[in-house]
Amino acid sequence: MLLLVLIFAMPFAWMLSTSLKTLPETMIFPPNWIPKHFVWNNFARAWGSGPFLHFITNSIIVSIGILVMQMMTIIPAAYAFARYKFKGSGFLFGMVMITLMIPSQLIFLPVYLQLSAWKLLNTHLALILPFASSAFGIFLLRQSFKQVPEELLEAARLDSAKEWQIILRLMVPMAKPVLATFALFSFIAHWNDYFWPLVMTTDETARTLPLGIARIRQEEGVANWNVLMAGNMILVTPILIVFFFAQRQIIRAFVYTGVK
Amino acid sequence: MTTWEKLRPYAMVAPAITVFSLFFIYPILYMIYLSMYNWNFVSPVKHFVGFDNFVDLFHEKEFLQVIANSTAYTILTVTFTIVLSLLLALWLNRSGWFYGFVQGAIFSPHIVSLVSIAMIWSWLMDPEYGLLNWIIGLFGFGKLAWLASQKTALVSLVIVAVWKGLGYNTLVFIAGLQSIPKDIYEAASLDRSSPWTTFAKLILPMLSPTIFFLVIINMIGSFQVFETIAIMTQGGPVNATNTLVYYIYEYGFRFFKIGYASAAGVVLLFIVGILTILYFKLLSKRVHYQ
Repeated sequence: MLLLVLIFAMPFAWMLSTSLKTLPETMIFPPNWIPKHFVWNNFARAWGSGPFLHFITNSIIVSIGILVMQMMTIIPAAYAFARYKFKGSGFLFGMVMITLMIPSQLIFLPVYLQLSAWKLLNTHLALILPFASSAFGIFLLRQSFKQVPEELLEAARLDSAKEWQIILRLMVPMAKPVLATFALFSFIAHWNDYFWPLVMTTDETARTLPLGIARIRQEEGVANWNVLMAGNMILVTPILIVFFFAQRQIIRAFVYTGVK
Repeated sequence: MTTWEKLRPYAMVAPAITVFSLFFIYPILYMIYLSMYNWNFVSPVKHFVGFDNFVDLFHEKEFLQVIANSTAYTILTVTFTIVLSLLLALWLNRSGWFYGFVQGAIFSPHIVSLVSIAMIWSWLMDPEYGLLNWIIGLFGFGKLAWLASQKTALVSLVIVAVWKGLGYNTLVFIAGLQSIPKDIYEAASLDRSSPWTTFAKLILPMLSPTIFFLVIINMIGSFQVFETIAIMTQGGPVNATNTLVYYIYEYGFRFFKIGYASAAGVVLLFIVGILTILYFKLLSKRVHYQ
């Protein structure tokens, strides 16, 4: 049991340990798990190897931008699919379900050519727009909108509530747990993403944090593991801290959204 | 019904449908179209070549190896992930803070960026100064080249993928185990069936929807592996870890053989498509269950 925890914690502990060592000390065996001298300078060097504030700003713009756009597109769509009968709804929902399984790794090449024709490469929009909606979000939210009893809606309509008021004051508050789950899921996925920013950008104007961290490797050379691991710490620590405090919710979010 | 009331649902789904059409449906069709042309992205002229790109692909030794690599990677990753996570789930399916803590610990890699994971494991697998070689040295084994050798590189990537995916799969299995009614276990223990019979005759069949779900999800994910390859091996040594997405990436972005890369994309589409159809068949069955 402890061995199991060790197997999963060891790589992270080793990263932390290496990030505080001098270069010669990274090559000592048996290894020192606690460095002799704490070399905080590794972090300064990693941070100094690129415009990290810029990378972080880009990451925030892209992840939050995606999330806001997703909320704006999935809430009305999920409501329409859950509550209205209209011609072609079956076909349109089928289209949503098909895109549910089309991963970005499959279609990056044609999307790249398209965004290039629109002169959108190297912009935040190129990183946000393709994910501005989520089939998965629509699917999840539609399920929970369906569960709201019709009487509640009728009562609200008798009070002469407009449809958008019903959505914002009734449906959205009731679906809060599902929305929060989806938001968490989406934010972590796009905050961590390396693939899409890599293929859609060629310079640093819109590049995000994971690309910045991968860049340290070129700047510092492959052998400077201490600086590399310090850079890696910058990427990993915020997520691990959030995970530490919100472990139950995060696990529930991922497992719930995965199974359903 | 006013005109607005008739149009309203369409207006509400329009933004989402627009995004899907522009960034999912249209690109797929465009990729299929491009796969039948020779084009280098820079020149304005596209030459129609029909299915030549596909014929070329399947005559290319490198591509055949890419397919073999992707398949081997997928089979190894999925098998180890499923078997190990099922065993872990049977063991960790208990309450108590300590079990919760272990579940959290093994889940943590799942939320960390693959960039970090790839870099940490590159360091652990460093042939000279990596921790892994030191650890296996303690048990009397010689140093392995891990990512640097054709023999071990693909397996090394599988180790990383299993390490990352184990926690998530285990927790999905635990969720599956907890949905099995308690009286079934009680009936089994009254019958004095051995733990193995209980597992093989009761638990395994009840878990089969979860198992199929995880097998397919993991397969689809494994066929799209990119980050660990881009950071840890760049497809090498000697093409030993080159996989489909990385291959498309290289042909599209480095060699600008757009038609050829698109054809490889269509092959990937075909594979993922089959897995997806299986997945939806399963999904509709699961909905029936409830």
